[in-house]
Amino acid sequence: MKICVLVKQIPGSEATFNVTPDGRWIQESGLPFEMNESDIYALEEALQIREKMGEGEVFVVTLGPDRCQKTIREALAKGADRAIHIKEEAPFCTDPLTIASVFTQVIREENPELVLSGLQSDDLGFGQTGVLIGEMLGMTTATLVVATEIQDEDIRVKRELEAGWFQWQTMKLPASLAIQSGLNTPRYPSLRGIMTARKKEIKDVSFNDLRNVDFLQSFKKLSIQHAEKHTEMIEGSVDEIVSKLVNVFKNEIRIN
Amino acid sequence: MDKLFFTEEHTMLVEMVRDFANTEVAPIARELDETGRFPEEIVSKMGKLGLMGIPVPEEYGGAGMDTVAYAAAVMEMAKVDASVAITMAAHTSLGTMPIVIAGTEEQKRKYVPQLASGEILGAFGLTEPEAGSDAGATKTRAVLDGDEYVVNGGKIFITNSGKAGILLFTTQIVENGKSIGIGALIVDTDNPGLKIGPKEKKMGWRASDTRQLFFEDMRVPKENLLGQPSDGFKTFMKTLTGGRISVAALSVGTAEGAYQKALNYSTERKAFGKEIYKFQAIGFKLADMATQIEAAKLLTFHAAWMKDQGMDITKEAAIAKLYASEAAMKITTEAIQVLGGYGYVKEYDVERFFRDAKVLEIGEGTSEIQRMIITRQLMKTLRKTA
Repeated sequence: MKICVLVKQIPGSEATFNVTPDGRWIQESGLPFEMNESDIYALEEALQIREKMGEGEVFVVTLGPDRCQKTIREALAKGADRAIHIKEEAPFCTDPLTIASVFTQVIREENPELVLSGLQSDDLGFGQTGVLIGEMLGMTTATLVVATEIQDEDIRVKRELEAGWFQWQTMKLPASLAIQSGLNTPRYPSLRGIMTARKKEIKDVSFNDLRNVDFLQSFKKLSIQHAEKHTEMIEGSVDEIVSKLVNVFKNEIRIN
Repeated sequence: MDKLFFTEEHTMLVEMVRDFANTEVAPIARELDETGRFPEEIVSKMGKLGLMGIPVPEEYGGAGMDTVAYAAAVMEMAKVDASVAITMAAHTSLGTMPIVIAGTEEQKRKYVPQLASGEILGAFGLTEPEAGSDAGATKTRAVLDGDEYVVNGGKIFITNSGKAGILLFTTQIVENGKSIGIGALIVDTDNPGLKIGPKEKKMGWRASDTRQLFFEDMRVPKENLLGQPSDGFKTFMKTLTGGRISVAALSVGTAEGAYQKALNYSTERKAFGKEIYKFQAIGFKLADMATQIEAAKLLTFHAAWMKDQGMDITKEAAIAKLYASEAAMKITTEAIQVLGGYGYVKEYDVERFFRDAKVLEIGEGTSEIQRMIITRQLMKTLRKTA
């Protein structure tokens, strides 16, 4: 089975962010970058499916600038067979439809039976790419996937619903699945994997060459919210204080 | 520094070890220290990842990485748990690499793949009750009897020895009734003549397996001789310089682990209305710690890099080991001071790093021996330039 995994590089969660002078993006110098969390699980799921089936190919597709090479190598070190790097320079596209259409062109050529993506990226968090790609490629799609089972022409997936409920669903292949974090135990890259990653193929393609739709949305201004302390003195008689406090609890702090 | 010595592979290795150490080892580090349990499950996982054979050539089942990679991995592990780091380091640089360097092709094929995959653990015995720093004074005797050596004597303070599949040890080699020098033998640990003592109760490195060994008419096949005694003891000792890089790397890691905890604490703990790092008395301690760590790290990676270039590192390895181990002792002491009373209780782990640091000034040649080696090297270059 040929499996495509979408892998995104995002700023590390422990990083401190500053906005660029033009207010359109974050300052990248000195920031640690890492693989998006749910993509790590998507990659692991792909590797496990390949291992269970005893054959097949796992390739990763990444959109982003040169720094993404590190994340791509990490995926290769963990066991992906090869990679396609859709190169993009700042200012980066943040429009999910454009991104999905570019990915779609690359993936269509490869014709995989399964496309796995993380549920959402931990930086922008739109959660749309996997679903849009599935739609554009005419694949069946599922989100919030927490388990997979390949059954000949079909794939059976377990989806996480609200309030602790789950749903099993059987879908036709090819399929595009958005994977929820925590469904497996991601492996560490072995030393052998690290040493062979360099020898694996990374094909470069250009984002601008593939872009065929206009951006429907873009960032106008990025700002970082700072928590501010605010102290309000409640005065009056005991009854007045109590009723004002109840109002604060109910309507501001929202204690039910 | 990463830019100076690290390739992309080195960075990936360091990130993997960091992730592994924080996820798998950190949650049990205190338990291992308190109980002294040897973490077989961790060692087994490390073997599968390739961490038990980092510098071993690929043809013998290793990862085929260099000394810089090996030192970086030991350092990273020691930031979290020095016991696990020394288990890996002693296994690799002492239990495995002497066979890679001095072994016959047959010995390499027989032993190295099992060691490099972590399938069996390696140990190395040099120190004896009456021969520690003065390793040349070894009393253990291996007397050739037909096709076998008959070994009597014993070793002390041998890391990994209770868990090892094979043991390398130094001994006087006696043939035709006379000693022909000091050599090393490889012995399977199920040899009936090998008696393994109980686990030592130590101040630090508590989860590392350290024992005394007794050789009683232990018969070892002649072909298990490692290297030739006629090459001289000094030649063999050279293969051990890797061990000094191990301890230097362990020192940097131990120091950095304690420093990181002190640094974090200093930004959280407030006294007299402000975070304590804002007091010069604490801030300067942190600055000194960071400076010493940086210096120790550079010395260690420089020595490792020189080794990878095939240069003689007798002096550089001794300097790195001496400086880094003494820095680790100072830094872990100061880290406790930064935490005050909290530093003295086990809950904050800093006292564990302090206890783990002391042995660094003792093992693989004491600080005094390192100074002796460095002085000797200084005199050698002095003669050359005169």
